[in-house]
Amino acid sequence: MARKVGKISPFNITALALGMAFLYLPIVILVIYSFNASRLVTVWGGWSLRWYYEFFNDRAMLDAAWMSLRVATVSATSATLLGTLAAVGLVRGERFRGRSLFSGMLYAPLVMPEVISGLSLLLLFVALNAERGFWTVTIAHTTLTMCFVTVVVQSRLASLDRSLEEAAMDLGCDPVQAFLSVTLPLIIPAIAAGWMLAFTLSLDDVVIASFTTGPGSATLPIRIYSEVRLGVKPEINAICTMVIALIAVVIVIASLASKLSSSQGESAAPL
Amino acid sequence: MSTRRIFAQPARYAAIAPYVWMVLFFLVPFGFVLKISLSQTAIAQPPYVPVFDFTEGWAAIKAAFAELSLDNFRLLVSDNLYISSYLRSLVVAVTSTLILLLIGYPIAYGMARLPQRWQAIAMMLVIVPFWTSFLIRIYAWINILQHDGLLNKILLALHLVSTPVVWLSTDTAMYIGIVYSYLPFMILPLYATLAKMDPSLLEAASDLGASPGRAFWLVTFPLSLPGVGAGALLCFIPIVGEFVIPDLLAGSGSMMIGQTLWLEFFTNKDWPVAAAAAVALLVLLVPPLLLYDRLQRRQLGGAN
Amino acid sequence: MTGDSPDIDTPKTDAAAAPAGPVSPVDVAVDMPLLRIEGVSKKFGTFRAVDRLSLDIGAGEFFALLGPSGCGKTTLLRMLAGFETPDEGRILLGGRDIAPVLPHERPVNMMFQNYALFPHLSVRDNIAFGLKRAGMPRATIDSRVAEMIALVKLGGMEKRKPDQLSGGQKQRVALARSLARRPKVLLLDEPLAALDKKLRESTQLELMELQRRLGMTFIIVTHDQEEAMTVANRIGVMDAGRLEQVATPRDLYEAPATRWVAEFVGDVNLFDGEVTSHEHHRLTVATRDGGAIVVAEPRQPVTKTVVTVAIRPEKVKLSRRGPASDAANSQAINRLEGVVTDVGYLGGSTVYKVKLDSGAVVRSSMANTARMDRDAYSAGQRVVAWFTPDDCVVLER
Repeated sequence: MARKVGKISPFNITALALGMAFLYLPIVILVIYSFNASRLVTVWGGWSLRWYYEFFNDRAMLDAAWMSLRVATVSATSATLLGTLAAVGLVRGERFRGRSLFSGMLYAPLVMPEVISGLSLLLLFVALNAERGFWTVTIAHTTLTMCFVTVVVQSRLASLDRSLEEAAMDLGCDPVQAFLSVTLPLIIPAIAAGWMLAFTLSLDDVVIASFTTGPGSATLPIRIYSEVRLGVKPEINAICTMVIALIAVVIVIASLASKLSSSQGESAAPL
Repeated sequence: MSTRRIFAQPARYAAIAPYVWMVLFFLVPFGFVLKISLSQTAIAQPPYVPVFDFTEGWAAIKAAFAELSLDNFRLLVSDNLYISSYLRSLVVAVTSTLILLLIGYPIAYGMARLPQRWQAIAMMLVIVPFWTSFLIRIYAWINILQHDGLLNKILLALHLVSTPVVWLSTDTAMYIGIVYSYLPFMILPLYATLAKMDPSLLEAASDLGASPGRAFWLVTFPLSLPGVGAGALLCFIPIVGEFVIPDLLAGSGSMMIGQTLWLEFFTNKDWPVAAAAAVALLVLLVPPLLLYDRLQRRQLGGAN
Repeated sequence: MTGDSPDIDTPKTDAAAAPAGPVSPVDVAVDMPLLRIEGVSKKFGTFRAVDRLSLDIGAGEFFALLGPSGCGKTTLLRMLAGFETPDEGRILLGGRDIAPVLPHERPVNMMFQNYALFPHLSVRDNIAFGLKRAGMPRATIDSRVAEMIALVKLGGMEKRKPDQLSGGQKQRVALARSLARRPKVLLLDEPLAALDKKLRESTQLELMELQRRLGMTFIIVTHDQEEAMTVANRIGVMDAGRLEQVATPRDLYEAPATRWVAEFVGDVNLFDGEVTSHEHHRLTVATRDGGAIVVAEPRQPVTKTVVTVAIRPEKVKLSRRGPASDAANSQAINRLEGVVTDVGYLGGSTVYKVKLDSGAVVRSSMANTARMDRDAYSAGQRVVAWFTPDDCVVLER
């Protein structure tokens, strides 16, 4: 199994180290500068929490952050529900009419440019004459992120030993009971991972939210985006740091939870 | 098989809700995009004609149908703005994919040769940035690349340049941003194929007299081609439609198709042209999507 | 070989026995057996996994389905459990057709090949799973679980999760779980395949002991003939979706019904030939490889002249000059002369390959009854291989 350590060349190590540095350094720098006391983002003026105070006094930013949290929570939850159901249908439903259309619809948004998804949903909402705001963004995010949930749950479900369900039926469960008492507990880590993924994707999205939101209900990424277009502000560094911290906490909690809940040995699929 | 059949029925019921949802919020909206791409711009709310009003009966709908035209698509192929932004999207996507391959391959290769325990950690390290906000990661680079940013400071301190270099609003900055954002998408499929490769294959190659370099080019690389293909397509497809990165990091001189679409929609309020651009972009993406699908199927087939 | 067994030469069609009358001596002679399989078929696409198969199994039997992989034995078992539905035919349990009954409504439980223990549940909860489903009161469940845990000797393991158990312990949990509901029939799908040889042998004995104690009907699927012979009181040998023979382990070995069964179960020497004479309960078969072989007449009269003579290696004796005279005068002895080409020492016995003058090879297995065997033969030695007519089986072709 384990390859001999001696086989790693200095070239391999260098490539890895440089790659990791490339991935992490920008984020580390961003976090460090969020504690910069200076108004000039580029001049180090000592450690300070000034920009965090600034954020908590910025009404518009706070509103946007609150909106984003609500959208992310609601859309991730509904996307997890719908995505899990879709995965069950795809994996356990065998062949049914319209199956390939169904799987096509679920895979397409994974690679579809966001501008297209955003535009098409907006055109729908306009045609329906729906008032744009919290609900339209939430629906849009649910639609996009449920596809990611489906992929995550589907791969776990497909790798599950089917004789477990047969054993449950043999011991007196009807199919639904067998699913609830055996299958569901075993795929919970994947469902949790799916929720996390949906949550962070929703918290991250600018393009689709820009299309589907209405005036006065900007999400945090939309606000950050419009600020960033105008240039770097230390307050944005502070906000970004907090978002990173929030996501880190979500990941840590979820991976701890999945480790506790599953005696499987396999932990939740990270992607 | 009948246990499968026993389970299939309730499972299909489970699929109803997501099915309806996807038809309603994915398929139907495409119908709208297609329809509006065939409509005319109008100063109205919504800003296009014809508007289908199902309350007015069949005759009115038929009349509305007659008003649809391919004018917007004619505009797309005749106007230089669209053609050049399509071309630029393709060039940017191809160039970035090649850079990603060059950077991603050594990293994935290095990961695959780590001891088993370290591989899991390296894998985590590659995935975690994927979880942190994409927008924030682009913003982090703006911090570094701006006029008096860290990069220029280092270059000046090392006396590599005498005056600050303009990084922001250049293609270089855009490529850095794209490569940075899509690197995990390139590394993971590459790593997946490299990691499952049997190390005894290389031992066999060297046993048969191949130098390590030759063994790599004769054995490892050809066997990793499915991963190369998957990674390349996984990066290429979304980069073609990318909007945020070129908008924030590239100059305003030339635009990618995603930017053009955005501009038509939000600034010019020309919804029909924006919709036509979306349809055209989609058509552009169909071949690589089909290729990716085939590649995935073959991979799955090979696994069984 | 006693030849006393009434169904010594039961043709294979006897498996599809008429409704009335005992099928075999161990069958409980009642009007309706506990389990009756009638003309059951199962197709996967164009492949017939089970082909119009009929079989009766009585209450309290330990029945083994034996066959090579892909012969349809597991499919048959899965039809009994309800995981597959027969395409045709009926499965009667206690006289009731259960073919359309879903698995969770059948009074039948199954022990899975890979055990299929629920990884998220403790040993106790795994065993209690089926009892909770049956809606038993808590106290009954607790006492039944305790009883099961004692039965399979897993005391102290109640709180462990399946991944904290050894292979043998997992096997016991799976057994306890499938027994807990006290099914009318317990189905075991290669239950010991994952265990190592020593553990498998001791577990076989425990299974037999358990089955006798509970008086339950066990049906086991296995590809291991020693296992089938050890545990079962009756064995059905399957090939290509059909039952080749249903018999007690002894009859299966000593009186195989077909050439296929003779070759599948144990080792055998076969001589193709034609019946040339038939007198005094003796058949003479002219064979190409072994000359004229005299065979005791089977109870079931031989109707065809084209036959195969089968003789087990351990019934072929070797000597330097032929059989001792006292054995020779009791009955006609078949003698085949040849040269030892191969000696395989197996510990308890030694297998010799003798190349006959006709060019055919005969295998002889001799028990090593003494530590210092002065009678051992070595390669290149000329010997006489001999066997009695009673030890031969005539198989029609």
